Amino acid sequence: MVMTTHEEKMRTAYFRVDDTPHIVVDPEKCRECSVRACITVCPADLFVPLDDGSVLFNYEQCFECGSCYFVCTEEGALQWNYPRGGYGVTFRES
Amino acid sequence: MTTSKTSEHFDVIVVGAGPAGSAAALVTARAGLKVLLIERGEYPGAKNVSGAVLYGSAILHQLIPNWWEQAPVERHVTRRELALLSPTTSVSLDFQSVAPSYVDPPFNGFTVLRPKFDRWFAAQAEAAGAFVLNATVVDDVLREKGQIVGVRTRREAGDIRGDVVIACDGVNSWLARKVGLQRQLRTHELALGVKEVIGLDESVIRERFHLDGSAGVAREYIGAVTGSVHGGAFLYTNRNSLSLGVISQLSSLVEQKQRAYELLEAFKAHPSVAPLVRGGTLREYSAHLIPEAGYSMIPKLFTHGMMVAGDAAGLCLSTGIYIEGINYAIQSGRAAGDAAIAACERREFSRDTLSKYLDLLRKRHVAGDFHAYRHAPAFVNSERLQNLYPELAARGSEALFRVDGNRKRKLLPLGWRTMREVGGRPHQVLKDIYHAGRAYLW
Repeated sequence: MVMTTHEEKMRTAYFRVDDTPHIVVDPEKCRECSVRACITVCPADLFVPLDDGSVLFNYEQCFECGSCYFVCTEEGALQWNYPRGGYGVTFRES
Repeated sequence: MTTSKTSEHFDVIVVGAGPAGSAAALVTARAGLKVLLIERGEYPGAKNVSGAVLYGSAILHQLIPNWWEQAPVERHVTRRELALLSPTTSVSLDFQSVAPSYVDPPFNGFTVLRPKFDRWFAAQAEAAGAFVLNATVVDDVLREKGQIVGVRTRREAGDIRGDVVIACDGVNSWLARKVGLQRQLRTHELALGVKEVIGLDESVIRERFHLDGSAGVAREYIGAVTGSVHGGAFLYTNRNSLSLGVISQLSSLVEQKQRAYELLEAFKAHPSVAPLVRGGTLREYSAHLIPEAGYSMIPKLFTHGMMVAGDAAGLCLSTGIYIEGINYAIQSGRAAGDAAIAACERREFSRDTLSKYLDLLRKRHVAGDFHAYRHAPAFVNSERLQNLYPELAARGSEALFRVDGNRKRKLLPLGWRTMREVGGRPHQVLKDIYHAGRAYLW
């Protein structure tokens, strides 16, 4: 298939998932944020707005591109790091 | 490698096994230095994404003669197309050539798949004597009296000492920022690329793109495909797949609240693109940031004991005409390697000694290219070039080629009329002509 849903896209990428997340969001800070640029820019669609106004980050399928890190406007809301060596995304074709 | 190695001392430590890092490791290892090449991925290339066309095959040819005969390359690029898109129309400049510089060795450029190419390139550095340490993140540098004296890896007893550190750790370079060589990057300086590799039969690709043998085409697009988001798109032919994607200015995605992967779907559905991808199968989806602002985002390139190269140094030339990065990564990695060799010969690793790196970047035209096109990135991402002019070109061409019994207008009145139709203002156009001239002509 050429036209694909986001779920279908994500199924083609390979991830070795570590036990602990490499990016941690501070729900309190995110609750105060009105921009929420992370939700828009994440190419893997991993930021999920929650009913209580905070934001959940699913680290497992992260491309480690850094987009969320650069667009985040709330000081300290996002603790961004690369995953442990050998973990995270492994591209095979790109 | 175990912790025993980490107590060793290296002449050169290269962080990141992309094209810049592997080039730096290759030249320094060949010079007989003790070199460590550190990669955070499972293997070199595992984290790396670009279009990808490796332009400047001749540059790599200087390092590894006839490199394309042994490297995993896809197609040599003999054809380039730059297209302006409106929702219904495509107006393009189509360049194709069988001139020797395009079809004969060392060729002009090759499409590559980065996980394969980068892995091969790092293996060349390894064969030359560099130690390659995979699956290892570098979190910081080691400092002593204002001098960088090694790196801190995220491993047990992970401090590794070396005389020169070459940071080739990519667009999001923690090392360049930690050392204070690079400032915090701004969202208008970065573009998010989302990409798909789409499998298609080799015979279908040849027929569909009118290609002989292993020749290939590189197309780039600007205009309606990214809607009101500033950016563009690309489509490259590989051996039995297509690499295509959309590149969007990060700030613009946020302002327009657009999802990059939705723009990618819109691109594939465009009437000029859909027939090219039809029947293909998605093989891999990926994403990566691109340092797009060119000259204005190049950091300080060296300090005592350390140099920065490749994307970490912002060395991606994105001008609309050129979208090049791998060539500058190789050039800068090599230059940093050469500067490291000179420093090791003198056993002197000060900023002054390493300034040879900048001299080499100037001599090898890297610095000059970025300076010459310093106004182009902002021009490409300007509002009217992104939205107004592609529409103007499309509508103007529609009117120009339409034959319906109405009178044929000559080009100037036709252009004037079209410009008024799409809402262009004469004084803005004059201003943009000046900006275009400054960006590309003089």
